[in-house]
Amino acid sequence: MASRYDRAITVFSPDGHLFQVEYAQEAVKKGSTAVGIRGTNIVVLGVEKKSVAKLQDERTVRKICALDDHVCMAFAGLTADARVVINRARVECQSHKLTVEDPVTVEYITRFIATLKQKYTQSNGRRPFGISALIVGFDDDGIPRLYQTDPSGTYHAWKANAIGRSAKTVREFLEKNYTEDAIANDNEAIKLAIRALLEVVQSGGKNIELAIIRRNQPLKMFSAKEIELQVNEIEKEKEEAERKKSKKTV
Amino acid sequence: MALQDVCEWQALDTQGASPHLPQVGVWAVPRGCDPQTFLQIHGPRLAHGTTTLAFRFRHGVIAAADTRSSCGNYVECPASRKVIPVHQHLLGTTSGTSADCVTWYRVLRRELRLRALREGQLPSVAGAAKLLSVMMSRYRGLDLCVATALCGWDRSGPALFYVYSDGTLLQGNIFSVGSGSPYAYGVLDRGYRYDMSTQEAYTLARRAVAHATHRDAYSGGCVDLFHVRESGWEYVSRNDAWVLYSELQKLPGPEKEGEEEATPDRAGEVGEPSAGPGPAPAPAPAPAPGDSRMPAEIETL
Repeated sequence: MASRYDRAITVFSPDGHLFQVEYAQEAVKKGSTAVGIRGTNIVVLGVEKKSVAKLQDERTVRKICALDDHVCMAFAGLTADARVVINRARVECQSHKLTVEDPVTVEYITRFIATLKQKYTQSNGRRPFGISALIVGFDDDGIPRLYQTDPSGTYHAWKANAIGRSAKTVREFLEKNYTEDAIANDNEAIKLAIRALLEVVQSGGKNIELAIIRRNQPLKMFSAKEIELQVNEIEKEKEEAERKKSKKTV
Repeated sequence: MALQDVCEWQALDTQGASPHLPQVGVWAVPRGCDPQTFLQIHGPRLAHGTTTLAFRFRHGVIAAADTRSSCGNYVECPASRKVIPVHQHLLGTTSGTSADCVTWYRVLRRELRLRALREGQLPSVAGAAKLLSVMMSRYRGLDLCVATALCGWDRSGPALFYVYSDGTLLQGNIFSVGSGSPYAYGVLDRGYRYDMSTQEAYTLARRAVAHATHRDAYSGGCVDLFHVRESGWEYVSRNDAWVLYSELQKLPGPEKEGEEEATPDRAGEVGEPSAGPGPAPAPAPAPAPGDSRMPAEIETL
């Protein structure tokens, strides 16, 4: 009887579901993959770039956005919804600085976005935002943070996470490969993010977008060339590992 | 209602307050008078006289104040507290209308506590000053008079902000507020260094307030001294202003202060012969007329 309970989202179903929220989560699963990794001195966001039409200007499609100098987010789901949320978050970052004289903590802005999303699950005539967000950054105390929000308005801190299409596959990969060695230095953390994305992205490095924040430094978007370099390194390492394995077996 | 629209007849607003009563937040003055000017000429005389000071230095922030609450020519209270704690690491010196100061500090305390619960940490001193300033600026033009220096220690170290009820918010190293502030500034500007020792800072603060109480009619009573350190605020002492001033007069001039303050262990000694204007190789057998007892030896709380 799901159809009777998804008209107005303020209505619970008899077994306690909010179907509109669950449908929103389905919309998120249709979006392109985004992965976030929290290193020791770096936070990395990687997204799968959807292939653009021939005449479309590629640069206008940005899935990784800075919210302030020290916080940025990537999303999966409805782009238009994300634009609204990002705008509100950016205003809130500056508003906070104006009233409290301090930049926002990553947790604060995550909580703000999550509260905003929750409000839309409890209002008449509105539908939930169809996006999940990965929010990364450094706080004043220099500790790196990664948070994930979903359309229901919950948020959690993660060491590494993925959202969007094939998020499950990527998350399993991360669970296997996120070790202390893997994030030992910045470069390793970046490679881990790319390797995670390469699991699910077709045609390799061309369809990956990457951004990092290092402690006390602003957001850095990687150029296509830099990503190519990293991908090539990864391929080389893979070949090395293959060769070593085959040597052993022979 | 349709009839109402056609006849353009307004129903009497029986629910709201009578239009003859003063509006909220405005004084009831005779018709035709501007509230501000009327108050200036005929209004109640509110208490404004005081000397408070605060300065930040390497080892924290010092806050000192006199204790006389005056209301015009009448000393309301000779032993009031003008330095109000806000939380473990934040103090405020108050000047202006005592009632306004105390009320707004309670409001500030509540707001900071709420934010601490929400965010998991207290706002910085800058944030607290901003909060207070914003809260009070909504009442601008309504004769609020709160001139306060917020002294605290936060993540950025010792911090000092001056907030006035018209919305002024300033950051600085030295602030003195009140009718006795010109006298205090004179002394502070002479002796202030960021790298002072704690004892030097105490002496400077006491000296500044004592001099101000000597000349300013609306300042007097005792001298309260507070110190905000990394571990929190501390109520250092309360000394009678007149006794303090007399002691200071007996001391050699400020140039010699460096020698005296370098020996804080003399605080416990009474009647030790002074070194006088120049250092003596051995103490004289009888106490010299220029007693070098430090103000810190006076009874402390």
